[in-house]
Amino acid sequence: MSDAQTVELAAVTKRYDGALAVDAISLKIKAGSYCCLLGPSGCGKSSTLRMIAGHEDVTDGHIMIGPRVVNDDPPAARGTAMMFQSYALFPHLSVAENVAFSLRMKGVARAERLDRAERMLDLVSMTEFSDRKPTQLSGGQQQRVALARALMTEPSVLLLDEPLSALDPFLRVRMRSELRRIQAEMGLTFIHVTHSQEEAMALADLVVVMNDGRIAQAASPREIYNAPRTPFVARFIGGHNILDDGGRTIALRADDVAILPPGEAAARRRARVSEIEYRGPDVRVGLETEAGETLNAVMRERAFFDSPLAPGADVAIGWRPEAAHELSRDA
Amino acid sequence: MSARRPRSFYVLAFLFVLFLLFLYGPMISILVLSFQGPEGGLVFPMVGVSTHWFERLWAGGGQVEIGAALRRSFALALVVMVLTVTISVLAGLAFRRRFRGATVLLYVAIASLIVPSIVVSLGIALEFRLLDDAIKAVGAVAGIEWVQTGFVSALGPFTSGLGAHLTWTLPFGLLIMFAVFNRFDPAYEEAARDLGATPWQTFRHVTLPMIAPFLIGVAVFGFTLSWDELARSSQVMGAQNTLPMQLAAKTTTVTDPEIYALGTATTGGSVLLLLVAFTLISLMQPRRKRG
Repeated sequence: MSDAQTVELAAVTKRYDGALAVDAISLKIKAGSYCCLLGPSGCGKSSTLRMIAGHEDVTDGHIMIGPRVVNDDPPAARGTAMMFQSYALFPHLSVAENVAFSLRMKGVARAERLDRAERMLDLVSMTEFSDRKPTQLSGGQQQRVALARALMTEPSVLLLDEPLSALDPFLRVRMRSELRRIQAEMGLTFIHVTHSQEEAMALADLVVVMNDGRIAQAASPREIYNAPRTPFVARFIGGHNILDDGGRTIALRADDVAILPPGEAAARRRARVSEIEYRGPDVRVGLETEAGETLNAVMRERAFFDSPLAPGADVAIGWRPEAAHELSRDA
Repeated sequence: MSARRPRSFYVLAFLFVLFLLFLYGPMISILVLSFQGPEGGLVFPMVGVSTHWFERLWAGGGQVEIGAALRRSFALALVVMVLTVTISVLAGLAFRRRFRGATVLLYVAIASLIVPSIVVSLGIALEFRLLDDAIKAVGAVAGIEWVQTGFVSALGPFTSGLGAHLTWTLPFGLLIMFAVFNRFDPAYEEAARDLGATPWQTFRHVTLPMIAPFLIGVAVFGFTLSWDELARSSQVMGAQNTLPMQLAAKTTTVTDPEIYALGTATTGGSVLLLLVAFTLISLMQPRRKRG
């Protein structure tokens, strides 16, 4: 395997027939880190990934992989490998031939390339399927083969376009840890596009939240969750209430909202319970304040049932001062 | 499912049977009559059953022109087939990149589907007569011996005839390729490129094998359209005839069931071709996942 490389974007812009898809974004991804590009559809995350891969031209700006500007390099010369959302496994070739494809293109002899494909399939525990055709595999198996095929080019950066979206929820969680394991084992730079904040939180060292072709925030998952920069980020990652507090916009984690008896003196808001949602480990309490704001409180399951609430109950709401996090305006 | 069927079922079933009869009745009649006894005539009833007319056809007694026309038609259809597949694939690939004038070019290409075939044929013949005049003039001026003495016309099965058939098969081939490439996910080609394949390698190892089953369809289309083309052939084959032209001529002077034997034999050939094609397609398609 080659060494991991840093990936750096400098004012990278993408325009399609006048429509701005990516708006001068700059970003530095450390070598060997796991980066997730997170955002709603149409936010420019896939275009960004495809520009890094070389499947899309850069309208303006520079993309650097390691010490080199790669704007004009073809995909295979960039040291990147891409895993496609649909996996794009060649249906007419066997699993082993799919994995060995890049070697075949380089003119490596058949016996050697199949031997190396076999070793790569071992890494993703797929050796027993090497003679099958891709259509004979399940979604999870196809994904492993696609991963093996991409790793076969010995990339220093692996690009993954919504790699888990085609899988069912259980498999998604399993493949998630598998991706993390492989990334750690190989020490490569991974750039992973997703619209699932849960996936990004679980996987990434660096979460890049994108909106309207711009980066809304780039930080560690913990920082994003505890200190979202804008209302958009707070809303998109979920678990936050966005309130107007004396002229400032604040984000307040739902699990930081304390529900107090109605007469409590330290109350910051008075509210009525509008909804109770039981979720297993915790319970979400929907609240409506006197001023008409809606917010959510999340309580541990046991804590909730120690003094249960019912819809329609009048309560007071409080939070510790340090729990309120001030937001700047959406860019 | 034992409920009484509504009356509409019987009406529609009757119409369907009529349709089948209309579609296959003629073919079956010809098939049956081609086994007419040696004493039998061109119409029912059958006077015995024999392969007499097939034997006569095979022996080719006094039917030299039919055999030659058959070989000529076959060779022409093969050439048309190869050219149709090659040009359609290349054109299909070209049309995937939105180049300037693509729409106009498409309309120009498929316009020949709506121009009456006989008009296309006449037009091509007229063009080639102009060409003949030009060649003769040049031959006379430059003093080229063989043009002055040997040249009659540039019209022929593999010049004007080939062109006339291509005006018919290419639009179909191109339209099929449009449908094929519309459903072709470009991610496959991107993946190949990502894995270091050159554009040629991508085409050779990914695109071509994946569209191959459809190319057999285009090939069969090209072959059969050429094989039984009459109207477009009528004015452009020069001194030589294709099989359909020979048959058309023969029906006007027909005297015995040998023509039915010929019809059965050629139909059998077409059916065989289709069977081979479908077998190939099913062998080439990746096996479907079971269960």
